This record gives sequence, C-alpha cells and structure tokens, in this order.
Amino acid sequence: MRAVAVAGVGLTKVSEHWEKGLQDLFTEAAHKAFEDAGTKEIDALYVANMGAPILQGQMHLGAMLADALGMRGVPALSVGAASASGGVAFHEGVKAVASGFADCVLVGGVEKMSDGLPEEVYSILAMAEDQEYTAYTGVTNTGLNALIHRSYMETYGATAEEIAMFAVRGHEHAVGSKHSQYPFKVAIDRVLASPMEADPVHMLECAAVGDGAAAMILMPADKAPEGVEVAATSVATGPYYLAGRKDILTFDAVKTAAERAYKVAGVTPDDIDLVEVHDETTITGVISLEDLGFVEKGKGASYVADGCTMREGEVPTNTFGGLKARGHPLGATGLYQVGEVALQLQGRAGPCQVEGAQVGLAESLGGLGSTCAVTILRRG
Amino acid sequence: MSVPRYWRETKYRYRLIGQMCAQCGNAGFPRSGVCSACGSVDLEEVKLAETGHVVTWTVVRNPPAGYMEYAPYLVALVELDDGVRVLSQLVDIEPIKVKTGMRVEAAFRRVKVDGGSGIIEYGYKFRPLIE
Repeated sequence: MRAVAVAGVGLTKVSEHWEKGLQDLFTEAAHKAFEDAGTKEIDALYVANMGAPILQGQMHLGAMLADALGMRGVPALSVGAASASGGVAFHEGVKAVASGFADCVLVGGVEKMSDGLPEEVYSILAMAEDQEYTAYTGVTNTGLNALIHRSYMETYGATAEEIAMFAVRGHEHAVGSKHSQYPFKVAIDRVLASPMEADPVHMLECAAVGDGAAAMILMPADKAPEGVEVAATSVATGPYYLAGRKDILTFDAVKTAAERAYKVAGVTPDDIDLVEVHDETTITGVISLEDLGFVEKGKGASYVADGCTMREGEVPTNTFGGLKARGHPLGATGLYQVGEVALQLQGRAGPCQVEGAQVGLAESLGGLGSTCAVTILRRG
Repeated sequence: MSVPRYWRETKYRYRLIGQMCAQCGNAGFPRSGVCSACGSVDLEEVKLAETGHVVTWTVVRNPPAGYMEYAPYLVALVELDDGVRVLSQLVDIEPIKVKTGMRVEAAFRRVKVDGGSGIIEYGYKFRPLIE
C-alpha cells in the first residue's frame, strides 16, 4: 500500500445558492482543487452525494459530472452513505490511490438542498433511516437526535445550556471563515430562546439547509510534497435502528471506526491537535467527542461548556464552525471536514488557524450514527 | 408506497409481531433475518407484549411530507414488558403530561395517507395505559 496525500483542496461557500445548480457547484469546487493541486490529470472520479435522486430527480452523477469537467473517459461513480457520503467517498478514493489502481483521484461532494421544499428536505433526511419501521413513525432526523438528547440529559444530568453551548462554540469558530454559511457569533440566550424543532432540541441547535461542494485531489504522497499525508481512513457501521441499541447514548460505529483509525495511524486521542465532528445537532457533537475518546462518557457537554473545545482549548473542535455554522450540505459535508483539517495542517486556515497543528481528525456520520467515517491527516 | 410493499408489512404492523431467536432466546423488532445477539438465523416469529414504558420521547414540530395533518405529534422509544424496544408515535396525551417511564399500551391507528398511490396506512401507535 502506498502512502497517500491530499494534494489539493477546493471548497465553495456553503449558502443558499439560488443562482447555481448542482453541476455549477461541483465544477466550481473541482476547479479550485485542480488549481490548488496544480494538476487536472485525474484517472478516477468519486462523487459524494445524498439527495440528488430526490431533490433534483438526478441519478448517474458520475458520468454527468465527469462530462461537466471535460473528463470523458475517466471511471466515475457516486458514493452514497447518507450524510457520511463525503467521508466514505474519501475512504474509497484513498483506497484507489493506496492500492495503485489510480495515481490521481478527484473526490468531490455536492449537495444542492435549496432545490427542495422544507418537508421534502425532512423526508430526505429521514431516508437515511429504515422507511418501514423508523421513518414510518413520522420521526424526523432531528426527532431522533431529540430522543437521545433528552435521554442524555436525564441519564447524565447535563443541562440544556451545557449541550447548547456546542452550537455557540461552532459559531465562535466560524468568524472570519470564507466558506462557512453562518460566520458570526450567536449567544447562548438566543439559542435557548429559539423555537423547539423537536423537544428538547432548539432550532439553533440544528444544522440548517445549505448548498455546497467540496473537492479534493488525492495522489501518492511522494508525488505531492506540498500535500498533507493521509495517516488513516476508516469506515464502520453500527446498529441501524435506534430501538435495537442497548445503549442509545453511544454510537458503536464511531467507536469502531475510531479504534481502527487510531491503530492504523499509530496515534491516540492525545496526539490529535484538532477535530472536525458531525454535529448535525448539538447532542451528536457531544456524543461524537466522547465516542472518539476525547472525553469520558457523560462528561462531553460540560467539557464543551468549560471551553475545552475552543481554538486555544484542549481539543479545538469544529474549527470553521462545524455543521452548525460552516453548514451541512449532506453528501459534501464529510469532504468539507477533511478539507478543513488539511487547510489547518498546512497553516492555511487564516483567522481560524489552530497554531502548530500537526495531526487532525475528521468524523462523518450517516443516519443516527449507523455509518461513521473517520479520517486522520498528518502534516507531511 | 406500492400496494404489495404495504401489504408485506401488515401482519407485523397490525399485530406487533417480532422475531425470537430459537438458539439464544433474544427477541427483536422489526424482524431482520438474523439474531442481533448471537448471529443465528434460526428465528421464529413472536407476538410482542402490548404494554411497556417510555424510555425517551420528543415532539416532532416540523414533519416530513405526508405527516402534516398530525403535527405537532409525540414520538417515543417504548420498551415493551418483554424487553423489546419499539419506536412509535404516542397518542391520546398532551406533550406537557408525558413523563419518561410512564406506562403505555399499543393501539391500532391510522398512520398516514399516502400521496402517491392513495393508500391509507394503519399500524401501531402507543397511548397511556389505564391500569
């Protein structure tokens, strides 16, 4: 297996891009990544997406987007793992380069959410879950988060304010970020005064609807001296049904994926200088920090409230705002996370820079933690 | 939803039928073809308990397509008296009166009027148990 590096990163701003379609966003990110890597000679294309078959009525994204890039002839396919699609596609792209099957791969994620009506977006989010027995109850993605949020408060005595601080921290970090959707601060009082989305989860604890695309060029590490080394990628699945979990406050997939990734990279949570976690709502951010091994189970919310996840804290978390403030364009999100870790390790994070960062981790979730992709990057 | 797809599930949804492992006795819902505890495929269908308690719950205020008419509605994770957990709407109670741990029983209710094929879907919801 060859060592692989991220040779180029291209991120569009996450926003409601009324004037741009799915192809426009994808090609914009891809061209930025080509320019960053100094090459467009790719020999494979992986597209990460979740909702295009419903939102745009569009399948066959691989051939469509290869053609849009003028890259006819390359093998191209889309990778679907709900909102973990980006992290899983990255894993597949790394495998292609590491194995020698490809020498230069473009992995790009795209989601054009604002083409859907709100209730359509709620339906699409719920399509990550079983339609016959989970979505069938009318529960939404936020509703599922709310079930564990309440249980977390009742089990560990965490307060609503402590958990909601996860959103406040994200917004603090997004200030100055060029590609983040909401790069401004939001006070805890405003979060707690926002309407309930699914009790006890407030609207301002949830990732919003956003359009965006993120692209990365992967090459063998020895061909990309300026790149960032991929120390490990790992994908795991866990129990699919919330009702089938013995412990609903632990994401088994996160623990499994993280354990494998730490082993491959030869690091422990103590070695990680920054982390991008999948905070589709505040509670998934909190539980992710615990299951990745940064803080003991049940202590995650107070850890966040105490400031340990701030830029100067113990484990700088969601350094461009995370899903809440950078934005969560579903299939693209996992690639935004990995791209952000790469920018941090190259010292290109601007006002969001974590000083001296050497090793960073990105965690991407599909469904209510039933798929998890963990990526660890290291400064080469 | 197509007619055969709906029809395939009616037995399980109308009667709360789960599966039990003939090897280790672990029960689960919905049926899956494999025992989640021991991996055995030696499984039998089993009628689940119709009473249990609320493990955790929420109020869905922004529903997906097809569920507008009931919003806002309660959704709870219910642990049945045989230990099997089921996700379900909770009905016949105001959100302010719901408490974790409260006793509930299965009820047969209309779940959804399907837009595409016009099927009226029925199934289980849970309601407070009057003991």
